Formats: sequence, structure tokens, C-alpha cells
Amino acid sequence: MKEKKNNAFTRWFYGEEDTLLDKVEMKPQKEYAPREGEIRELMKEREMLREQIYDVEDNHKLRLFHKMYQIAAVIFCLTLISIMLVTVSWLPPNGDPDNPVNNEVSARYIESGLQETGAVNIVTGMILDYRAFDTFGESNVLFIATVTVLILLRLDKEKKALAKPGVPVYQKPVDELTIAKAQADDRVYEPKNDVILQKVAGFLVPIIIIFGIYVILNGHLSPGGGFSGGAIIGAGLILYLNAFGFEKTERFFTEKTYKWTCFFALTFYCLAKSYSFFTGANHLESGIPLGTPGAILSSGLILPLNICVGLVVACTMYAFYVLFRKGGF
Amino acid sequence: MVGPNLFINYGEAVAVILFGIGFSNLLLQKNLIKKIIGLNIMDTAIYLFLAEKGYIAGRVAPIVVDGVQEVEAYINPVPSGLVLTGIVVSVSVTAIMLSLTIRLYRRYHTLDLDEISMRLKKEGL
Repeated sequence: MKEKKNNAFTRWFYGEEDTLLDKVEMKPQKEYAPREGEIRELMKEREMLREQIYDVEDNHKLRLFHKMYQIAAVIFCLTLISIMLVTVSWLPPNGDPDNPVNNEVSARYIESGLQETGAVNIVTGMILDYRAFDTFGESNVLFIATVTVLILLRLDKEKKALAKPGVPVYQKPVDELTIAKAQADDRVYEPKNDVILQKVAGFLVPIIIIFGIYVILNGHLSPGGGFSGGAIIGAGLILYLNAFGFEKTERFFTEKTYKWTCFFALTFYCLAKSYSFFTGANHLESGIPLGTPGAILSSGLILPLNICVGLVVACTMYAFYVLFRKGGF
Repeated sequence: MVGPNLFINYGEAVAVILFGIGFSNLLLQKNLIKKIIGLNIMDTAIYLFLAEKGYIAGRVAPIVVDGVQEVEAYINPVPSGLVLTGIVVSVSVTAIMLSLTIRLYRRYHTLDLDEISMRLKKEGL
């Protein structure tokens, strides 16, 4: 048995004491219950709509249109499939080495990819060296998608309204955002304390994350790379979040973490690859050693670029989950 | 009319049929989530088609083993990179569509596209 820990930090770390208790004002979160009148109004409205839509006597034109639409859609899809099947039947035979797809581009990648990029995995050498700006664009697509989801789903406009001082809670307007926020925020039910999930997650999450790191770091040596490894790490983070709740994950992953990780990863990617392309196009020595093929520290910029891509993908996967679950980090 | 390679290209044929199934799902379903599922089936069909195009019979994945660098040893690496691009774009598009669906649900409390358009008409938009 260890002696009693008197340090405030260690006590907080082991969850024995909340240091902010009685120092800041805290209110228990109320469970959301919609007003009865609202629900009834909504139901009535929906019933009226349904009557309008599905009323056969008044709406036989609409019904006819739906039937015609379905028949037309089926016919259109069948025509599309048969046209494409005929096209497929005229395509060159599958698996033939003399097909026009297997031209000098892929031959060049296979024959001199190892010498020019230093990567044993030719696909990684292709997407992170010859076509690195394409992959940069993909990482940016992921980042922009997260930003768009954040814009569409964030719910903190009403958070500011609730924080307005001097107005009691029951006088604040119940608008759509508040309802959505209350429905989306399931933190009232935390901590969940699901023992089986927590035990299994405590055992599995480190293994999953280490496996993800392995896949990222071996991207130039074996199948895998930044995208798949980042997705694995993101899955591990989501499992951790489901088992232990937002309180634990917010200690190391907040909106700020997401912002700065993505910013640094994308900026480093852009600068490093711009330098490499600039020196390459002007026949200058880039000074980036390619190393021995097959070693973990080899193939020039591919390993750091893989790490950048992996960070962006892992953050994006986790951010998607968090945004869909409660609208905001 | 039908060419000679329909049964040799059975992978591509399956991809095309899968594409049609996804497309009909997109057209026929009224539920927005099911429409998104249909679009994802179409994406998957495209990946299968690209992977089939890159395959060469009897060759292995393009990872250099024992220094063998002959073109005859490996499959075409270009479609593999294209599939990777496709997956990333599909994930992003799906996420944006799902968040738009959530916004629509918050506004109209239904996922039925007909009901949503009826309400839009009723509101005079």
C-alpha cells in the first residue's frame, strides 16, 4: 500500500478529488424535456401534412407521378446497367499484361521507383513522392470536410446565450438550438461506468494505437501508410472515448489540439514537399538522404510526410465522431 | 452486340451491377440516410472497378521483395493510388452529406424527402 498522496495534482490525476469543487460555480445539468404543447403542435402538423400527401382522392396526380417516377427510375437504372455491361464486355480481358492500362508510366514507377524515391512500397513511393501534391490535396480535403461539418453542426451560439448573466435558466428562450443541444449532449449520462467496456478498452486501446503507429511508420516498407494508420488510431481514440467519456479525452484532445495538429502537419507537408519539388525541378541537390532501401529511416521525405498524413487522418476521424455526437469538441 | 470478354471481365461486370444498384437506391429511396448509403455503394463499385483494372494475372502487389524490379513481377501500382484518393473523397463527402441531413432533421423533424419538400412549399419557399 502506498502512502497517502498529498500533492493536489496527483490527487486530481487519480480522480480522488476535484480541485475546482466549491471554487467555481457549478450547476448540475438538467435533463431535457420538451414542453407538451410543442410536441402536440408538431404531431398535429405532421398529421395534417400526411393527410395532404397521402390523401388518394385529392392527390391522385401526385400518386400517379410517384408511380411513374418509380417505373422510370427502374427502367433508367436497368438501361444504365445494360449499357455499362455491354461496355464491359468490350473491354480488354482482365489480368492481361498487354492491356493499355499497363503502359510506360507504371513500368517506370516499378523499374526506377526504388532508386528515385527509396521506398520499397512502390504505391507509397508513388503517392508521396511523384504525386505528393495530390496527397496534399487529399489531406486538405479531409481538413476542409471537418471544418464544413463543424460549421454545419456546431451549437455554441446558444451556449453564449445561456451564459448571459442575470437571467435565470427558466426564463431563457427555448429555441431550436437549445433543443438540439440538449438532445445532442449526452454528457448528462456520464460517467457511464460500463465495466466490461472499460476493461476491454483499457486492454485494447494501447494495442490499437501502437498498431496504428506501426502501420504509419512502416508505410514505405510494407502495406499501409498514413491514411490506413491514421484511421486505425482514430478508431482507437473513438473506442477510448466511448469507454471513458468526454471528461477523460478532453484532457488531451480538444478543439485546440485538433487545430494546431492539423495546422502544423499540413504546413510542414506543404513546405517540405515544395522544397523538394523546387530543388528537383531545378536540378539542385536537395540534401535529403534517401538511405538504404528497407531501413526504417530511409526514403527521404516519405516517412515524415506519412506521419503528417497520419496525424491529419487520425484527428479527422476523431473529430467527425465527436462532431456528430455532440456538435462541437 | 455483346463483346467477347463479358465473362472474363466478371469483376468489372460485378462492379457495374453494384453501381447500378447504388444508383437505383439513390433514385428510389425517400429516406435521406438510405440515399447516402446508395451513394456509398456507388463509391465502392468504383473502387472495385479500379482495383480490377490494375490487376494482372499471376503477379504480386507492388512491394519490392529481394530487389526484384522487373515490370513482369508486379501489378500496376497506379490504380491503387487512385483508389486511395477515391476513399478519402468519399469519406469527406459522406460526412458533409450526413451533417446536412442532421441540419434538415433539426429543421423539419423528418428524413422523408417528400415531406420536407411539402413543408417547404407550405412555407412558401
